[in-house]
Amino acid sequence: MSVELDVFVGNTTIMDKEVYQLWLNGYTVNDAVKVRIEGGVMEECEASAEVLLSDTMDQFRTFQMCERLLQNPAKLANQLLFQIPPDRQAMLIERYYAFDDDVVREVLGKKLSKGTKKDLDDVSAKTGITLKSCRRQFDNFKRVFKVVEELKGPLVENIKQHFLLPDQLARDYAAIVFFANNRFETGKKKLQYLTFQDFAFCAGQLINNWTVGAVDNMVEDMDVDLDKEFLQDLKDLKILITDKDLLDQHKSLVCVALRGKTKVFNEMEANFKNLSRGLVNIAAKLTNTKDVRDFFIDLVEKFIEPCKSDKWTATDVNLYLTHYTNSAHILDTFKHQNVWTRYMGVIKSCILRMYHE
Amino acid sequence: MPGKLKAKIVAGRHLPVMDRASDLTDAFVEVKFGNTTFKTDVYPKSLNPQWNSEWFKFEVDDEDLQDEPLQITVLDHDTYSANDAIGKVYIDIDPLLSSEAATVISGWFPIYDTIHGIRGEINVLVKVELFNDLNRFRQSSCGVKFFCTTSIPRCYRAVMVHGFVEELVVNEDPEYQWIDRIRTPRASNEARQRLISLMSGELQRKIGLKVLEMGGNAVVGYLQCFDLEGESGLVVRAIGTACTLDKLSNTYTPATAINPCNSSPSKDIKEAGFGEEAPGVPLSSGPPTPLRAQTFSSFSPSKSYSRQSSSSDTELSLTPKTGMGSGGSAGKEAGPLKALLRQQTQTALEQREFPFFTLTSFPPGFLLHVGGVVSARSVKLLDRIHNPALGNTRSYKLLDWNSFTADEPETRDAWWEEIRQEIKSHAKALGCHAVVGYSESTSICEEVCILSASGTAAILSSRFMQDSALDTEHRLSRQQASVFTSGAEKGEGDMGSTASLGFEDLMSPGCAFCHIPYDELNMPFPAQLTYCHCCRRYKVPDVLFTTIDLPTEANVTGKGCLIQARLCRTKKKAQGEGNATAISNLLPFLEYELHTQLMNKLKLRSMNALFGLRIQISVGENMLLGLASATGVYLTALPSPGGIQIAGKTPSDITYEQHISNMQKKINDTIAKNKELYEINPPDLVEEVIGSPIPEPRQRSRLFRSHSESSDEVSELDLSHGKKDAFVLEIDDTDAVEDIHSLLTDAPTPPGFYSCNTEIMPGIYNWTSALQMFTSVRVFRLSNVNLTNQGLNKVFNDLCENLLKSLYFKLRSMVPCCLCHVNFTVAVPEDELIQVAVTAVAMSFDKDQTQENGRQSIDKNLMKAITENEDQLQFPLELSAESSSNPLNSAKGLSEVSGPLPSARAPSVDYSSFTDRCSSWIEQLRLKAHTIRCGSIKTMSSLEKASPLPEGRSRSLRSNRSYAGSSVTVVKMTPLSFIPGTKIIKYLGIINMFFIRETTSLREEGGVSGFLHSFIAEVFAMVRAHVAALGGNAVVSYNMKECVFMENPNKNQAQCLINVSGDAVIFVRESELEATPPQPHSASAQTSSSGEGT
Repeated sequence: MSVELDVFVGNTTIMDKEVYQLWLNGYTVNDAVKVRIEGGVMEECEASAEVLLSDTMDQFRTFQMCERLLQNPAKLANQLLFQIPPDRQAMLIERYYAFDDDVVREVLGKKLSKGTKKDLDDVSAKTGITLKSCRRQFDNFKRVFKVVEELKGPLVENIKQHFLLPDQLARDYAAIVFFANNRFETGKKKLQYLTFQDFAFCAGQLINNWTVGAVDNMVEDMDVDLDKEFLQDLKDLKILITDKDLLDQHKSLVCVALRGKTKVFNEMEANFKNLSRGLVNIAAKLTNTKDVRDFFIDLVEKFIEPCKSDKWTATDVNLYLTHYTNSAHILDTFKHQNVWTRYMGVIKSCILRMYHE
Repeated sequence: MPGKLKAKIVAGRHLPVMDRASDLTDAFVEVKFGNTTFKTDVYPKSLNPQWNSEWFKFEVDDEDLQDEPLQITVLDHDTYSANDAIGKVYIDIDPLLSSEAATVISGWFPIYDTIHGIRGEINVLVKVELFNDLNRFRQSSCGVKFFCTTSIPRCYRAVMVHGFVEELVVNEDPEYQWIDRIRTPRASNEARQRLISLMSGELQRKIGLKVLEMGGNAVVGYLQCFDLEGESGLVVRAIGTACTLDKLSNTYTPATAINPCNSSPSKDIKEAGFGEEAPGVPLSSGPPTPLRAQTFSSFSPSKSYSRQSSSSDTELSLTPKTGMGSGGSAGKEAGPLKALLRQQTQTALEQREFPFFTLTSFPPGFLLHVGGVVSARSVKLLDRIHNPALGNTRSYKLLDWNSFTADEPETRDAWWEEIRQEIKSHAKALGCHAVVGYSESTSICEEVCILSASGTAAILSSRFMQDSALDTEHRLSRQQASVFTSGAEKGEGDMGSTASLGFEDLMSPGCAFCHIPYDELNMPFPAQLTYCHCCRRYKVPDVLFTTIDLPTEANVTGKGCLIQARLCRTKKKAQGEGNATAISNLLPFLEYELHTQLMNKLKLRSMNALFGLRIQISVGENMLLGLASATGVYLTALPSPGGIQIAGKTPSDITYEQHISNMQKKINDTIAKNKELYEINPPDLVEEVIGSPIPEPRQRSRLFRSHSESSDEVSELDLSHGKKDAFVLEIDDTDAVEDIHSLLTDAPTPPGFYSCNTEIMPGIYNWTSALQMFTSVRVFRLSNVNLTNQGLNKVFNDLCENLLKSLYFKLRSMVPCCLCHVNFTVAVPEDELIQVAVTAVAMSFDKDQTQENGRQSIDKNLMKAITENEDQLQFPLELSAESSSNPLNSAKGLSEVSGPLPSARAPSVDYSSFTDRCSSWIEQLRLKAHTIRCGSIKTMSSLEKASPLPEGRSRSLRSNRSYAGSSVTVVKMTPLSFIPGTKIIKYLGIINMFFIRETTSLREEGGVSGFLHSFIAEVFAMVRAHVAALGGNAVVSYNMKECVFMENPNKNQAQCLINVSGDAVIFVRESELEATPPQPHSASAQTSSSGEGT
């Protein structure tokens, strides 16, 4: 004896936030029922496990039917099949596109291809998040990527408009798209300590300052690709390390400014040339796609690690970078002030964000 | 006479991809009406085509306009092969034919395909230019308004209630034609959908003609059903109540931009005026002759099968008792005026062949007395087309189903006529001249068909009847307009005025309808009579069962609740006559037991009356299902019900006795608990039993168990329970134990929930605007075929109980709320399957404000007054202390005024305490208003109730986010005839839709549940789209009349048919009604409030 068919359809589609989250988390109906029972909803509402099972199945089915629409959120607003109040629609969309930082951290900078999707079971095993949920998140990244790839205008705005996402979430997606497009290496062991939010912050910096969109805001791919001209110009910065005088001058200026203000002054003084070479070399190499990919690794290897081994504090780093940037402006023979500002602004904020103590 | 139909195809959106290569579609549209077809251009390579076509014009007869739907087919153009159909839209243009309904149909319609479901949407514009036809002999009936609502629609006034109209159309079912073997399922489904649409149109037109003949201009309580008789055909039948309605001119002009609907009386109303001169026209096609009645049944003495059993208060007797039939004899207890009135009404009604009314609630003063439920059933064998032995002369003209209908409808007509005659005679036996809350239904299994009809015997006032008391009509008409402005469900200021109308002041309207209509010395059945507990002048029965809604003026103690009796009986598989005999033998037992269960459950809840009683009997191959649903209430006028006593058969056994006393204790506890739960604290009156045959103490009345084993008991079935002295449950067999068990296992509704199957819940008046209509379907498979009756019963009972539990759980966020109009339908789709479908609406209410009816009305006005003053602040009133004290208060009031003039009602009696209360309310309101002002934005959220589900919430959308082109109108749906907190300002026409959905990839669509889930969602979507296109924002009196589900999991196939109906309306929120003209009551409330407040 069994219930063969069991449906409940409301004129206004009924959706329980809690069950929706369980569905999004990729639980099976039975697991979801277990979680709900543990959550104590049964005692609250005098329900039996049977009732809970029926309700869960029903809602899971509803979500499944809605999924097609959630993948194209603009459709959700003017479809006729489900009558869902606008605030609910917003909730559905927002949660559908929400992701786990751990998951996105694993695929960040990778090509959003079938191959990567196949590796998701590893991601699932590593993060403890169900494969189903990982797949949904991955598909979301890919879908957003595909849609905004070919659009003009600001990346974040495009994402907001097409996927009706709130601002912060749209920014995170912009970061994901940006990383996927430029294929930044984030998986190396040395970068493991960095969180998705660290990278998202850096991506925001790069998008706002180094892309084509930063200067001209009506070109295709404006926010996704780095400004080629700017990268070319960066080569000119090499003079800071190739010209011996300039390098010494720069060093002395920074040393004067920092003397007595930091505990690691000696280490700084000893390491100045190395650090400066590191940063300028990164700049000079950015014309190569390969080196763009290694941007973050380079930052860590060439700057963050040396500082760490000398026990710099974040304040020290901040102080150093501020004076390092400003001192260059005082150098008479250094002509590339604008490029320097544009470059160092981003480098400074990225390094500060990436410098975990 | 012709009319001109114009249609324009504007655009499409979300079309499916039809060309895999390009991932696009080359769509074009065919627009068909009758035999004329137009096509749009192909709009190449787009999923969102913009056709923007010219106006396609069809010049057609208005007869066709009524019958035919506009058929729109969206296709994908294919250069090399045949064009692929994407889907269809059928648009019923009937709403455009009435001058008072919609003027244009314009909007997005889902494109529907019977195999794939909804596939995109299409934007269409439809208009009709109608040339009025004054031809007397015309075949069309344009302009007659149809309402599914079973009361006088909210913005109309009944000038006259003409009476019963019925019609029936028969055709061959396309699914059973030979051609079905060679055509695609899609073609067959579409043929069926189209045929039913055509037949519905024709039926409506024919009924319209009858209404015009009677001089009416509208049909209220229109109920259309179809019977899928399989091989023997397809029957579409409808019943309704013909009325002359007058648009209320004092409808407030809405604040919104919707056109004011105060149209002047249309032509139809003038026609109605002429119609009055004509004598009452017989409605049915011909007088029933008993001879004919026998010929149609294919097996011998036909009467023996057509088992007539009457439920509740009538005996199993067909012969009307002479001397009781005419109401005149009942005049003993009434004043001479009443007798006179009765005679008047009598004559008015006697001219009608069937004095039946499909209405379930009435204008005040229309319903005088209620006798009880009358019902009749009959088992028929559907004759087969291919069997020449049955003397069927039909030839094989199967392709042409329109031309062949020769004798069929008459057979079916005669069947129904027979049943109606019986109902009429039952009503007569109860001393009543009319039947209200009348409905008809069928259950078909193979070639056996059970026809059922039921209603409530009643005595009606002549006020709204034809050719009687016309002068009264004139005299009263003006007053009435003010009296039942909007069906008076909210009790808005009608309490005072009703009593002053004519004869009405002879009795208290709050109890009058309970007074027995029959002669107490010559009672049709044994019953205990007492003097009415309200007025103490007339006699009332101890229990009252009815099929109507609780009259608004009724005095009720406490709250009501849904009561269900469920029964399952096994039956041997049989064929033909044998099967019919078996079923008709089982029927009386089934009905008897259902009745017993109802009675027990009623007593267990300490209630004394049932409203909205609906007994459904469904027949399957090897079982019969019976489901009776009703809303139990405690009518103040009726005596308090006694408890239930259990008696053992072998009192010597000690353990046994203990067992019994345990059970007795349980029962007593349950009754006590229920009393508390439903707030039943009846006035403590000294009860005097009078005139009844048994002067026994009331607490003991007997309950019978039927012993299905002993057949000799059948002849003396006693359905009244009143003959013997005690209400005793005798535990003499396991059956009885089982019975008591099931009695006690009915789980109480969870806290915060109430449920009823009537329009409104007695005892709850302060609804919020949050409502959620839903449909839930369950199919249960009995894997063990050798189930006993008891086993089956338990399974069925659990199925229903679990379904209810699930509903409560689902809707928990709406608490406190009430499930209203809970409508269960059961079916046995296959051997081992039981299908239960429920449609209902959950409505939230404000918990802390349980008010008496009269108070509520004043309270509302007070609210209004205050909101007007306090710049439209809206919030739930919190009157915590009130809820518990009220019933007591009213009780006191009642006992105080039990004098000779009982018309005065409690609320007005203890006015002093009321005003006190007023002032305290106002203080609370002030307080509230203050806090709200301080707490800034709180207002909105508290108005809309924090629950996340209800539709009311939709307005509080987050303003900071844009929703790209959300063009979808929110359409509310409810099975009720109103939406709380709103005013219906216009009826746009009837919605009557029939859909078939079929799949050959059941697993891929998520199994049976997935399939049905999406189909029901699609049906809702299509209903909403049609309403929105008519310019409406709600469907009231929504009803899912049919949900036939068939599956074949082995073949990965399933098919489902759904038939829904309702009235499309425009409503405006009461809070949005601009500058509401102060009503007399609100004005007085205002002054009193200001006086008290300051």
